[in-house]
Amino acid sequence: MLQIHSPTQLAEVRKICEGAFARQKRRFLVCAGTGCVLGGALEVYREFVRLLKERGLPTDVELLFEGRETEVGTACSGCHGFCQLGPLVRFEPEGVFYTKVTVTDVPEIIIAALDKNTVVERLLYLNPDGSKSLREDDVPFYRHQKRVVLAYCGLINPEDIREYFAVGGYQALADVLTRYTPEEVIDAVTRSGLRGRGGAGFPTGRKWASARRAGGEPKYIVCNGDEGDPGAFMDRSVLEGDPHSVLEGMAIAAYAVGAGHGYIYVRAEYPLAVERLTVAIAQAEQHRVLGPDLMGTGFNFDIEIFRGAGAFVCGESTALVRSIEGFRGMPKVMPRPRTTEEGIGGRPTLLNNVKSFAYVPQIITRGPEWFASMGTETSKGTAVFALTGKAKNSGLIEVPMGITLREIIFNIGGGTSTGREFKAVQTGGPSGGCLPKELLDMPVDFDSLKSAGSMMGSGGMVVLDQDTCLVDVARYFLEFTVNESCGQCAPCRAGTNQMLKILEDITRGRGKTTDLSWLEGIAKAIIAGSICGLGQTAPNPVLSTLRYFRSEYEAHLDERSCPALHCKELIAYWIDPDKCAEPCRLCLENCPVGAIAGKWRAAPVIIQEKCLKCGGCFDMCPDKYRAVIKVTGPERLNLLERGRPARGGG
Amino acid sequence: MKQSHAVAQSAAPIRGRQALTPNPPCRPPRRFALREPRRERLGFMNVDERNYLVLDKIIERYGERPGGLVRVLYKAQELFGYLSPDVQTHVAEKMCLPVGHVHGVATFYAQFVTAPQGQNVVRVCMGTACYVKNAGDILDRFRELLGVETDETTADGRFTLRTTRCIGACSLAPLLTVNEKVHGHLSVEGVARLVERYREDDPDGDEEVSPVGRERRRQRPASDQGAAPPPG
Repeated sequence: MLQIHSPTQLAEVRKICEGAFARQKRRFLVCAGTGCVLGGALEVYREFVRLLKERGLPTDVELLFEGRETEVGTACSGCHGFCQLGPLVRFEPEGVFYTKVTVTDVPEIIIAALDKNTVVERLLYLNPDGSKSLREDDVPFYRHQKRVVLAYCGLINPEDIREYFAVGGYQALADVLTRYTPEEVIDAVTRSGLRGRGGAGFPTGRKWASARRAGGEPKYIVCNGDEGDPGAFMDRSVLEGDPHSVLEGMAIAAYAVGAGHGYIYVRAEYPLAVERLTVAIAQAEQHRVLGPDLMGTGFNFDIEIFRGAGAFVCGESTALVRSIEGFRGMPKVMPRPRTTEEGIGGRPTLLNNVKSFAYVPQIITRGPEWFASMGTETSKGTAVFALTGKAKNSGLIEVPMGITLREIIFNIGGGTSTGREFKAVQTGGPSGGCLPKELLDMPVDFDSLKSAGSMMGSGGMVVLDQDTCLVDVARYFLEFTVNESCGQCAPCRAGTNQMLKILEDITRGRGKTTDLSWLEGIAKAIIAGSICGLGQTAPNPVLSTLRYFRSEYEAHLDERSCPALHCKELIAYWIDPDKCAEPCRLCLENCPVGAIAGKWRAAPVIIQEKCLKCGGCFDMCPDKYRAVIKVTGPERLNLLERGRPARGGG
Repeated sequence: MKQSHAVAQSAAPIRGRQALTPNPPCRPPRRFALREPRRERLGFMNVDERNYLVLDKIIERYGERPGGLVRVLYKAQELFGYLSPDVQTHVAEKMCLPVGHVHGVATFYAQFVTAPQGQNVVRVCMGTACYVKNAGDILDRFRELLGVETDETTADGRFTLRTTRCIGACSLAPLLTVNEKVHGHLSVEGVARLVERYREDDPDGDEEVSPVGRERRRQRPASDQGAAPPPG
């Protein structure tokens, strides 16, 4: 057991670890992020272990520390990022990048790598132009990224602290404990220009200074991992892929503000993150880089995991504190003291997002100037996004602040997966908004997104294409906030409910012309009257879609049509007899309610009264016919009245 | 089993919550007196009694710490399957909290359920990424096939239909979990087969709906004739 009894000893331990891992010449690194694990990455890993053992090749890491050389090893790592193509495997040191690996592919990969010195061509990444990329850096998805907080995520095994030592882990903490005063640490963080990565972008240095100033003992550090935004998994990936960087950042923060105890609040939906964190904390305590008298410096700091129980509002700082105290997670009523002054048990509590803490060790080791050199005037550093929805390459990305949306969505994300035209991008989850393609060239940072009516949020970025109805997206987010509103203050509880009812009416074709002004009026009242961030930002999805896609709302109201052909009450399915050349009866056999009537040697007909509009027939109809058609607006009315949508001239 | 000897209110760090002082004065904590003949005695108990015993241990261990209630309720749910009024009352008594407070916490958080759950709990993910990929239609199909609304259990107790908040595996969207198993890249047509597989207690059956990378949209199914007809 390598224990660290003084900060200088850390350098020795690092040398030992570096040396040990250098003895392993090659290794297969299997991505074990949640996306890949659900795709079967652990089975792939076990197969690697089994097959390498069969060949008589020892893969045990302990052997390296005994001074033996091993030809080849295998390990699980954190999220590599390209979740779309998981499970991912990288063969080091060449860096050969395999995608969609299944258990049956493993023997082939091993033979190619160890015996033939070749690669398995068919598992490589296929570029849009038909060529294959050999390494990660050649893949467009990775080429345009800049990885800082994700630098070691996907490079090291999160369940082995020695790998973190080998890449220079906990050096920043040792430096801080020996060479910095708490004020100097806060000064460094302030100079770096780091802003809170939880969404609102409050300057981290200022928060730390205020927590240091606050009177009262004991003080607490809380890491906010309650990543409630739907469609976002950045914090989870960091916690799962590089938990020690978060622990180290928290320890540095604890030293800076004078705290002795920390909590990591993790979402209930992230069991793997809880598991990895538990392992990481236990290992850190064993190696004495955490816990009482850490590194022999007399400084005490321990960390406890608190598993959330599922409430979006607990992402708000005062609500999270209430939740840790064992109450309903409801924000405190304004005017309220900041959590930095009065948090857990009325004690000063420093609460930061997972990524904010994860940046800190690198800011210390590489200098605040290095961090401040990236990004824009007001937003420094990099931003981590979870690119999802209808993006072709969905996954976890990190880019410098100030990059344009176009670069993110088209260069990294590869455009839309459906082949349909890009329509909008949703950022910031239920507190953010939808941005249209006119704003694609806007640089992304905290302030530009806010002025465009959206927000950075913690980093969810959902790409929407022409098939997505934005009125329905707005309704979806309202439904979410209605469910997640804590119910404490009336503007949020009742206001969002009213807005949801209006939006439901609109999507069902029962909207009234006055609805839009009502929506805007209620939104204004909610923003003005709610007590917490959740309420004040709840109308954002509606306001931003009203701002950029008003015509779509008007189409729902005036023409009773849904331009995206999505809202069920406003569309109808019709089988075009001219296109249905050879009645294959696929639609008929698959209709769950028997709403399709077959005719002898002629196209089947949909009985509109029975149709559930599940879209089964639309999906079933073979590509060569595409005879099932969705119609909306006047065409739908014609279809219902006359059994045929009279389409102009044809 | 349910006498109200209880754990003393914590000294650290929650103070100033005097409003929550319970009506009966709390007795000092008493060590649990079931050590030596444990196995034999447990043998005579029914499952519920045993669960209450374990729960008491948990309360003793976590009850005094901040946030202890949430942990205790997690464990209680693990033991009993759901948080019945009896369990909530028991926890409240043991922790010296008003029952209303325990009930308030149990109903506030999405992870806690206060009604019995079916044998298979289907949770359809309603995160944004899943929603824009038509998770709503998949949920509708489940409603139709199982004949229940969201958060209800089928009459035979086989299935409970629920929705879940984003589980952060958006690249597999649309997805759902049945108990702990995740099924990704779903399609509306695949739902019937999935339900059928769980009816036959064979969740791994033919892996048609599951693993990664098989977008089934607009694809002629090879074996769809075998799919289950809707009930009724």
